[in-house]
Amino acid sequence: MLRFTIKRLAWAVPTLLLVTFLVYIALRLGTDPLQSYLRANPRATKVKIAQYKSVNGLSSNYVLGYFSWLKNFVTFNWPRSIKGSREVWPALKDSMVNTVRLGSLATFVGVVVGLMVGMFAALKPGSRRDVAVNTAAFLGISIPPYITAVLFQLLFAVYWSRWFGHTLFPTSGVYPPGHMGFDLVLMLKHMALPTIVVAIQVIAVYSRYMRSSLLDVLNSDFMRTARSKGISERQILFKHGVRNALIPVVTIAALDIGSIIGGLIITENIFAYPGMGMYFLSAFDTGDFPLLMPWMVLVVFSTLMFNLIADVSYAFLDPRIRLD
Amino acid sequence: MAMRRFLSHKAAVASCVLLALMVLAVILSPITARYGVNEQVRKPPNTFLPPQKLAWFGTDEIGRDMYSRLIYGIRVSLIIGLFSALISTIVGCVIGAVAGFRGGRFDDIVMRVTDLFLAFPFLVALLVVRNTIGGIGWLTAIIGDKSSARFVVFLLSVFGWMGVARIVRGQILSLKEREFIEAARAVGATRRYIVRTHLLPNSIGPIMVALSFAVVGSIIAESTLAFFGYGPQAGDGGTSLGILVGAAKGAVQSGYWWIAVFPCFALVLISLAINFIGDALRDATDPRLDRGE
Repeated sequence: MLRFTIKRLAWAVPTLLLVTFLVYIALRLGTDPLQSYLRANPRATKVKIAQYKSVNGLSSNYVLGYFSWLKNFVTFNWPRSIKGSREVWPALKDSMVNTVRLGSLATFVGVVVGLMVGMFAALKPGSRRDVAVNTAAFLGISIPPYITAVLFQLLFAVYWSRWFGHTLFPTSGVYPPGHMGFDLVLMLKHMALPTIVVAIQVIAVYSRYMRSSLLDVLNSDFMRTARSKGISERQILFKHGVRNALIPVVTIAALDIGSIIGGLIITENIFAYPGMGMYFLSAFDTGDFPLLMPWMVLVVFSTLMFNLIADVSYAFLDPRIRLD
Repeated sequence: MAMRRFLSHKAAVASCVLLALMVLAVILSPITARYGVNEQVRKPPNTFLPPQKLAWFGTDEIGRDMYSRLIYGIRVSLIIGLFSALISTIVGCVIGAVAGFRGGRFDDIVMRVTDLFLAFPFLVALLVVRNTIGGIGWLTAIIGDKSSARFVVFLLSVFGWMGVARIVRGQILSLKEREFIEAARAVGATRRYIVRTHLLPNSIGPIMVALSFAVVGSIIAESTLAFFGYGPQAGDGGTSLGILVGAAKGAVQSGYWWIAVFPCFALVLISLAINFIGDALRDATDPRLDRGE
């Protein structure tokens, strides 16, 4: 087990290097960092330009450039952003905190509700509630997140206050403009709508997985054996059924992180929530290479890590799977 | 058998009818659309008219008829969705078949790349690759400018094949151990012959399912791109569902509900309909279900 994990971790390092190298090339070709610098600073002197190029690793040789960028990155000698010449790390950290907060809340709500709904449907396959759950999950999968977000905005930003005379959920930001300090209730109110938008997708996906997985398990032979031994229904369901049904679901949970991040980017943009999605889109619009690269590294890194967690937890939960 | 089972899926049949009606409305757009794509419904003041007899679905910020624009938008979106889904299904079939049949290193590499891309946030990859290939001079000469519909089709195909490849590969892997393949090999059939006449035709069910989901995927991806302003551009008076939904983003705060509701509703209808068809196809062609009947 430990050996497997270490081996996979060791593999993750070259993969990370390779992928960031590809991202480096893609961004240099795609956003042209030098041009976007000149656009922001049209009267930059030759010395300044040379300095910008060296600190960002923008030499004409891509391999050498990548390694000089990597050296600055690893030694935490990060170049300042093009727009406004800000420090990159504080901005990245703030947006990361906001996104992790929104993402984990939405994932938690989504997974818990999704699993329960899936169980609920699987217990009586073919019944009316099974059909209802299936239809709802189908709708949830078919509706792209930004449609839900736009319709929520329409409902809560405009019509709710028109009908009921007060705003229930604000539709943008983390706090109202000008707010200082920490206020849990206010924050949760602001996070409610984006959370629901992301959670709907998660619920739809997980309830389907959980339903089919639990149905498979409930029809298997060991369930009959357990029942014939006289164990109570509740114990059969939770000790034998749900535990085994969770094995494939957990793997998907960890693999799904990419689509959750994708949903977050869209949702954050619509609700003006200052997270990683807003960070990426605004940096990408201006072609801000110093802002974009650390963001990419972070996303690639977390993608690889969640892949690893999926594999390891799969093996951990299901002893039948042989590692090596 | 498969046909009968498909027809017994009522939602799918209804979806087929709905899609057929939509395609008809789109083909007959000179008749069904009441105004030109950039035509104003009447002389100013004509902006943000609520739905009325003059404009069934209301008008937008410069007085254009939302109903007519919706028809033109669906046209562009359906074309982009169909073409990129077709291209990515063909490419995915070829790559998936080769990977599944050959195995070995090619298989490893393809599946690694596919896994990585499927795990990576789709929108980010789409935007970065869009800019990267948009900057290559000789390529844009073939596939058009970054803002053209052709470019969007190409871009979506670049990402679309992976899901299909994975499905076809899995199918081929399970098929190639079966007796009839062994028999074909025993009588001296070449590999190319086996793949073309035995393996691919036998995987047609999953391929059709993958195709239908690829169509939805591309339509939604196109509208996501357009929503953020990176899709096909509104030049030449064209529009797409994504552009229309994107315009809704700004209009909702002022309470012009018709700008948001109709395009959103159309997009949801299309994606629901195709998803239903895909689901029914999967049920109808799944060989595991054959035994019960």
